[in-house]
Amino acid sequence: MEPLVSIKPFLAVMVSLLAVVPILLLRSWPNLREAVTFLAGFVKWGLVLSMLGPVLDGMQIEYTAAEVLPGLPIRLRVDALGMLFALVASTLWIVTSAYSVGYMRSLKEHSQTRYFVFFSVALSATIGVAFAANLFTLYLFYELLSLATYPLVTHHQNQEAKRSGRKYLTYILGTSIGLVLPGMLMVFSLSGTLDFQPGGILNEQFSKGLIGLLLFMFVFGFAKAGLMPFHAWLPAAMVAPTPVSALLHAVAVVKVGVFSILRIVTGVFGMDLLGTFNLGQGLAYIAAVTIVVASLVALTQDGLKRRLAFSTIGQLAYIILGAAMLSPKALTGGMVHIAMHAFGKITLFFCAGAIFVATGKKNVSEMVGIGRRMPITMGAFLVGALAVIGLPPTGGFISKWYLVLGSMEAGQSLMLGVLLFSSLLNAGYFLPVFYRAFFCTPEEALFENQVKEAPAWCLVPLVGTAGVSILLFFYPQPFFGLAQLAVP
Amino acid sequence: MNDQLPALIIVLPLVSALLVNIAGRVGRSYCWLFTVLVMTAVTGCALGLVSRVMTQGIIHYRLGGWPAPVGIEYVVDHLNVLMLVLISAVSLVAAIYSGPAVQREIPEQTTSFYTLFILLVAGLLGMTITGDAFNLYVLVEISALTGYGLIALGQGRAFLASFNYIIMGTVGACFYLLGVGHLYIKTGSLNMKDLYQLLPSLYSSETIAVAFILILAGVWAKMAFFPLHTWLPNAYTYAPTATSALVAPLMTKVSVYVMIRIIFSVFSPEFAFHISAVRHLVVWMAVVGIVTGSVMALLQTDFKKMLTYLIIAEVGYMVGGVWLANRAGITGAVLHVINDALMTLSLFLVAGVVTYRTGGHQVRNLQGFYRIMPWTMAAFTLAALSMIGVPPTVGFFSKWYLMLGAIHGAQWHFVAALVFSSLMNALLFFRIMEMAFFDAPDPAQAWVGPEAPVSMMAPVLGTAVGLLAVGLNSRVIVDRFIQFVIPAGL
Repeated sequence: MEPLVSIKPFLAVMVSLLAVVPILLLRSWPNLREAVTFLAGFVKWGLVLSMLGPVLDGMQIEYTAAEVLPGLPIRLRVDALGMLFALVASTLWIVTSAYSVGYMRSLKEHSQTRYFVFFSVALSATIGVAFAANLFTLYLFYELLSLATYPLVTHHQNQEAKRSGRKYLTYILGTSIGLVLPGMLMVFSLSGTLDFQPGGILNEQFSKGLIGLLLFMFVFGFAKAGLMPFHAWLPAAMVAPTPVSALLHAVAVVKVGVFSILRIVTGVFGMDLLGTFNLGQGLAYIAAVTIVVASLVALTQDGLKRRLAFSTIGQLAYIILGAAMLSPKALTGGMVHIAMHAFGKITLFFCAGAIFVATGKKNVSEMVGIGRRMPITMGAFLVGALAVIGLPPTGGFISKWYLVLGSMEAGQSLMLGVLLFSSLLNAGYFLPVFYRAFFCTPEEALFENQVKEAPAWCLVPLVGTAGVSILLFFYPQPFFGLAQLAVP
Repeated sequence: MNDQLPALIIVLPLVSALLVNIAGRVGRSYCWLFTVLVMTAVTGCALGLVSRVMTQGIIHYRLGGWPAPVGIEYVVDHLNVLMLVLISAVSLVAAIYSGPAVQREIPEQTTSFYTLFILLVAGLLGMTITGDAFNLYVLVEISALTGYGLIALGQGRAFLASFNYIIMGTVGACFYLLGVGHLYIKTGSLNMKDLYQLLPSLYSSETIAVAFILILAGVWAKMAFFPLHTWLPNAYTYAPTATSALVAPLMTKVSVYVMIRIIFSVFSPEFAFHISAVRHLVVWMAVVGIVTGSVMALLQTDFKKMLTYLIIAEVGYMVGGVWLANRAGITGAVLHVINDALMTLSLFLVAGVVTYRTGGHQVRNLQGFYRIMPWTMAAFTLAALSMIGVPPTVGFFSKWYLMLGAIHGAQWHFVAALVFSSLMNALLFFRIMEMAFFDAPDPAQAWVGPEAPVSMMAPVLGTAVGLLAVGLNSRVIVDRFIQFVIPAGL
């Protein structure tokens, strides 16, 4: 079917990039400045939503911004997978913006204008990756995202931020230049195009060794996906203000990584080619190791954000495992997990930030009895934890369920075991936090028995995302429908 | 008038180089205005030539009406019209920018600076436009001699640096002249087109092979191709700010153009590239040059000197790209001539602003610059990203073709060198950005204050925007110009 030509995807990308100008101009009027962020957020969300209907009807929407070199256009194409991701990202941007206002103002953070500027740019890049119609466009926005998030990660501008920022760029930029760029050129040189095609653009005429090499150049090259051994940047990036960790390091940046890998697997290689050469298995092992090791490490972390970061590394590998098992059900599960994990994990980060704003505590061991003081926050924490573990009544159950079904469909009993074992580990690192928050003797409790939640700007977003996590269990649309459309 | 454009673009600056002295007598400050006007006119001529070449094809212009091969012929084709625009535009930007820098650093020599400045531009334009191998030598010397003078206007080590440059530059020019002499002995002609037709029957002659090697060695010395690069870092580092803004982006790039011109229009690609061992050797030299340049750049604490080593690495990009001897590689090399000139210009303009404001050009002078001079740093960041090769800046697109050419030619070491150099650039530029972002400004700095004057900042910002604008329009350059440059059969 011919794609629909419309400028909407381009506008959806550009709106937050253009918002930078008014944000900068209004730097002396914080309320107006934040109003611009919200306005851009809602316009972007509206543009994405307006394309949802046609995409659910099986249409694709395309826009070519420029043909920069012959055969190398900057082109956007909205399909089901891209729509799924864009919808998650643009929705959560609005929520995070509200949370940012509460968080940044409560802590009286410096350079708030810079913060909102780069947040806007990062969102443009995220939507750009989601809608990219070819590998070049994807790479362009991928790099833009890496660069735009650096000032956010290093926001505090102290020695720790400097160290972490260095690690962040080394991993992210080093792999994208060192592996993805030559990989992309090799694909272009082999196939003459970089356009994502439903069945892939490479075929059996190339040797298994070459295809395997390319696959791993991309899988490790997109280090934002956090596959081991290229994961260490994510815990380091937790030095960022919490809203950054929440949106970027649970949703936008890391999901851009897995999304890119999903795109490569489905649009460049094609599931059939990987099946023919039996390359899915290798990828599955890497993902499985990452899942188990990251979950085990998460158990040992006392810093709440670091624990969440390692949890994210494991959960991202679920999504890659979903693709690697080369079964339609597992792939559906993996894609839906992009959305389900996003809502669950962002809730958890919001909770961590709310605790920090209200009490200044960062470590799990210092949070004994905090549930009595912040019952709403810790209630939401439980919902987020359930979503990440994959238990009803949260949306996380649905994606895990499909991953498990897929592993059985593919006859991967080992991977089935990994999925179940890791769910236990997830429970093992989340539930004690919740338990210690509420169930402790009065002597053990570290907080006075007096309710004092974080400000409403922080509280409302986290209750909202927790609510959506529950809602998605009962009504997983449109994400589930989009994932089903996206699976070849 | 339009028919005389090829002559006008050379005669105009040649005459103006004398007239600027009169302007200098009237008042020193008029020199700047006069030069800017001349460069604007020259840029206009270059643009006029572009439109003529695009509509009418290649222009042959006989100086004084003497027919070739007796007279000197100027030829404007798709390759050198790009160069003419590049040279005149970069010179215009450098001229605008030079005002405050000259006033601060070399006020006494204002008149001589602008005389040499305009003459140098005339020399570079002439090297580009001429269709005569001996006339090329003359113009090489004009640009070289004025270059030595411009560099020697600097303080302290500039004299010694300029002297080293004179030695290597003269050796290079002599090699070139010797090579042209060999050609003349065998063919009796100096006109490039004539030589191109006469030479094929002599390709088996050893004299011609020696001539080719001599010319190549001479041009390599001029462009600071590894291992003939040692003169460049000091010469460009210790030159006055206004000199390096003009010389650093253009001199090496025009020499690369001369190499391409010699290979394509005097000899032929079949002759130049027919021995694969030689081809591979040159690509290997380029690889070593790229790696050495990048590593040496990383070791520098002087900001300008770091940039000079990057020029050496980038020369490796271009020479390697040409000697990949395939379509993508040569497209990349030609595109990189333009792109690298813009990137180098952008970076040296920033370095000049740093010098203007802080009195030095050490890396540590940039401490805290994101806060003090956000606009300068925005331009610097864009230029740095372009050097790293982040799309959609210009640096990405030429690197794209160069890597593609290397993959087509299965020259994996060249791919590895390009990736290595990109990573090194990322490392060294982010090291500076980190310092500018995290560290507090040094209180001991002499000139800490707001941004530099408008006549410096407009070129800085304009060039930075140009990196994006030209990058996004790379297809125009490739489709409308470069594709006609590459000889059939490659």
